[in-house]
Amino acid sequence: MNVILTAVIVLGAVGLIAAVVLFFVSKKFAVKEDPRIALVNEVLPGANCGGCGFPGCGGMASACVKAADSGSLEGLNCPVGGSAVMSQVASILGMEAAVSDPKVAVVRCNGSCENRPRIAEYDGLKTCRVVHSCGAGETGCGNGCLGCGDCVAACKFDAIHINPSTGIPEVDEEKCVACGACVKACPRNIIELRLKGKNNRRVWVGCVNQDKGPAAMKACKVSCIACGKCVKECKFDAIAIQGNVSYIDDEKCKACRACMKVCPRECIYDANFPKSIKEVMKAEAERKAAAEAKAKAEAEKSAAQNVTETKPKEKEE
Amino acid sequence: MRTFRIGGVHPEENKLSHEVATVPAELPKQAVFPLSQHIGAPAKPVVERGQEVKVGTLLAEAGGFVSAPIYSSVSGKVAKIDTVVDATGYRKPAIYINVVGDEWEESIDRSDKLETLAAHPELTPEEIINRVKVAGVTGMGGAGFPTFIKLTPPPTAKATCVIINAVECEPYITSDYRLMMEKSDEIIVGIDLLMKAVKVDKGYIGIECNKPKAIDLFKQKLASRPEIEVVPLQQRYPQGGEKQLVDAVIRRQVPAPPAIPVNVGAVVQNVGTAFAVYEAVMKHKPLFERYVTVTGKKIAHPGNFLVRMGTPMIQLIDACGGMPEGDNKLLAGGPMMGKALTSVEVPVCKGTNSVTVLSGDDAKRKAPQPCIRCAKCVSACPMGLEPYLLAKLSDKEEWGRLEKEMITSCIECGSCQFTCPAHRPLLDNIRIGKTTVMGIIRSRSAKK
Amino acid sequence: MANKLIVSLSPHAHGTDSVEKNMYGVIIALLPALIVSFIYFGLGSAIVCCTSVLACVFFEWAITKFILKRERNTICDGSAILTGLLLGFNLSSNLPIWIILIGALVAIGIGKMTFGGLGCNPFNPALVGRAFLLVSFPVQMTTWPVPGQIGINGYIDAETGATPLAIMKEAIKSGDASVLSKLPDSLSLALGNSGNFGAGSLGEVCALALIIGGIYMIVRKIITWHIPVSILLTVFVFSGLMHLANPIYASPVDVLLSGGLMLGAIFMATDYVTSPMTKKGQLIYGVSIGVLTVAIRYFGAYPEGMSFAILIMNAFTPLINNYCKPKRYGEVVK
Repeated sequence: MNVILTAVIVLGAVGLIAAVVLFFVSKKFAVKEDPRIALVNEVLPGANCGGCGFPGCGGMASACVKAADSGSLEGLNCPVGGSAVMSQVASILGMEAAVSDPKVAVVRCNGSCENRPRIAEYDGLKTCRVVHSCGAGETGCGNGCLGCGDCVAACKFDAIHINPSTGIPEVDEEKCVACGACVKACPRNIIELRLKGKNNRRVWVGCVNQDKGPAAMKACKVSCIACGKCVKECKFDAIAIQGNVSYIDDEKCKACRACMKVCPRECIYDANFPKSIKEVMKAEAERKAAAEAKAKAEAEKSAAQNVTETKPKEKEE
Repeated sequence: MRTFRIGGVHPEENKLSHEVATVPAELPKQAVFPLSQHIGAPAKPVVERGQEVKVGTLLAEAGGFVSAPIYSSVSGKVAKIDTVVDATGYRKPAIYINVVGDEWEESIDRSDKLETLAAHPELTPEEIINRVKVAGVTGMGGAGFPTFIKLTPPPTAKATCVIINAVECEPYITSDYRLMMEKSDEIIVGIDLLMKAVKVDKGYIGIECNKPKAIDLFKQKLASRPEIEVVPLQQRYPQGGEKQLVDAVIRRQVPAPPAIPVNVGAVVQNVGTAFAVYEAVMKHKPLFERYVTVTGKKIAHPGNFLVRMGTPMIQLIDACGGMPEGDNKLLAGGPMMGKALTSVEVPVCKGTNSVTVLSGDDAKRKAPQPCIRCAKCVSACPMGLEPYLLAKLSDKEEWGRLEKEMITSCIECGSCQFTCPAHRPLLDNIRIGKTTVMGIIRSRSAKK
Repeated sequence: MANKLIVSLSPHAHGTDSVEKNMYGVIIALLPALIVSFIYFGLGSAIVCCTSVLACVFFEWAITKFILKRERNTICDGSAILTGLLLGFNLSSNLPIWIILIGALVAIGIGKMTFGGLGCNPFNPALVGRAFLLVSFPVQMTTWPVPGQIGINGYIDAETGATPLAIMKEAIKSGDASVLSKLPDSLSLALGNSGNFGAGSLGEVCALALIIGGIYMIVRKIITWHIPVSILLTVFVFSGLMHLANPIYASPVDVLLSGGLMLGAIFMATDYVTSPMTKKGQLIYGVSIGVLTVAIRYFGAYPEGMSFAILIMNAFTPLINNYCKPKRYGEVVK
């Protein structure tokens, strides 16, 4: 009995002392954190993707609170949650959210095995960064996709995958949150965040090859050769040629697809249009042909009428 | 026998063309001169399309302080200024010249007469350095750092000796050896010039003991010249690395970067550079031709050539019996540090000491296995680093720790990967880590 | 162009070394000890070794194929054979097959594959297996047949005896130095033919065969001298001091030649995966193993301390790697 009693007393005393010490230490070393940070953190998606430019959602939350204290949430955007989450954050902090248009990652290369002949065989560590530092890669294009999937590895949302038949990554726009991780991972800056566009319809130049015409043509069937036809065709001044490659400004582009019609290399691509540009062009051509045929028929008809009209005159005469 | 004190490996030598005398290579039909043949800013073209040039005409002037001019190695007409795939594997600006005849600039002294330093008292150190700079001489060992910069050490450091790198520790390559056997007198004058340029009175020539004939030849020629010492070295890769050579020859180690060999008093120059300096200073001949080894186990007749720069490599390979059947690996340089090329049309540049063709199994890497932590890479690293750790950290993108583990000291010699029993691509990973960490350091110092 | 050029980053040359060469090199180095064990323990040794090796290879194959579902199987690289062989060497020659199977499963399954297979295990798999068996089946694991029983009886119904280590422990416990006179002389300890008091695990009885294997590995550059020499020297010095202080502790030569010390120092502690990477680290590791071994032998509950000492130091290996850096180039200024 005595033993049990001693044990209980000793353990109880130890526990009590420890509790007291813990209490004072926790008071002494308490880290004061703005309670709003926790609140903001709560509404953030918690993916810790770093797409906002901060190390994880916690970093974003404290940055938001700090920015709110200094007066504006401008420049802060959670690409994953989009404006919905940002307006929630803003309401927590009593601010107005900066609105930003939704974006999506776009792969600007279509150098599949079919389009871009392989001239060498790479035999080393298969990551894009290593291949990039080794040289142009397996093809003659020094700017195109290397197909080793650094972007796939960087994506936390399972939104980008290498298409095994082309060897080029494809973005799943349902899943893509435009966090920009793939953009950072790509050593050749092929992936770009572009505006999703009205009804998700968008147009872009799918080539970043900066070689001059002949070299670019040799390297790939669908390379931009900076011929400038698209620039002339664009009515909205949205296309420019920079460094031997054409670029469509997504802010200015109205998705009219006029440029696609004239591109001799077929390296301008579109997404989510009900009809492909070829169908449109075919339909247009048919319409034109029909119109021409009609015009011709009419012309013939009127000519015939003229003839018939003149004939009676002759007769009259 | 001396050698460096940390790490090192001993690859199979394969010096197939050791005793093949050098012959001049045929003139190409079209010569291509990349504007970036050296470390630093690319050169700026000074010729126009259609312009007539002679051998030794200036094609492009230095594009900055760390840069070097480029001279024509052929006579003919400038065809175009376009791009060419160079040794980096990317398209870079280059000048194309269609070759007509072989007419030389008159300022170049084409006689074989040996000019000695004693006969030219007018050559002050400044004059020597200036002529080297004007002639566009860069390091001939491969890296291609402009030589005149190395000859003007920063004011904080004082040179005490010149070390001539005649080690040629890379397997296969024999161009430096042939140069030593055929141009020994000129090289010695070149060393005199280098010693005078950096104002020192001590010179060393480091030669690996697999070249006994060269050691004997230089010992004999320098018997009456105690100030230039021939240092036979034990065969060990990467003895030709500047830092390793300094350690091997004068038993001093260069501190971690940004320190350079001259911080411990040594100015290291390749033996080919010594010869180029002789020609530039004494013969007024700009750097436009060089010794190149064309070699490979499957090459029918491996040989050494005196090549005009701008000659496409395929022409040299054809002269040796052509490209072997099957998939090959074409290297500018040797198998340890050479660059694998994606095109056979890459022109010979200032730093091209060898065209090596690896065929069959040699051309391919073995499949990597898991790291068994055998520590052989740690023993092999000549910089005393831990390659297995650097590779792992690079893979995990822990840049901060990589900097602490001194990744910037890595000289990319490849000893770790050479020795790895699991055939791991250690250096592939380490390079990525090194470039990233260097970028981080640069942006940090730029912020300051 | 029909023929493609192959590109990769430098280096383009590769040495002739390979994982297989190293693993089979160690196995070759174990052969003398294996042959000696056949001579001393006959059929029993053959049964134990074969079971252990086959079981280890099978478990590695099965786990890689069915649990990890990796395409590439690593059984050909020799590491599983080596683990099996080392495990067998650590067992007594009359151990029932089912215990060996459990040992192999623990060694490969828990010791190696749970951590990711070759190169990822923090502890020496064979020792994990042995330690598991030692604490699970203490009776079977500590009855050793005496050498010289060649026939099938050597396996089924062996005559068992005391190990030299048990005698040493007895001397320490009783405080009577005269017990040590039962110890065989040093020469027979080295050769392993030490009669009734020379029993032991099948791989550890002949120190000489193990030393030959060790020299072979050092000459072939499979291992460096640092770990074995530092362990043996430490044990020699430490036990020598103890012997001088009090004669109830056995002489240092006997300590070196008895038990699993040689096997552990030369083959188990030098395991690539679980030993430190730098020379400095390897020396610290070796010295610590030596001290721990003698401490466990003299002051611990078990007569043998080698395997536990190695396992303890395996746990410290990452720490040693973290603090022991190789001598960097440029550190020795001028």
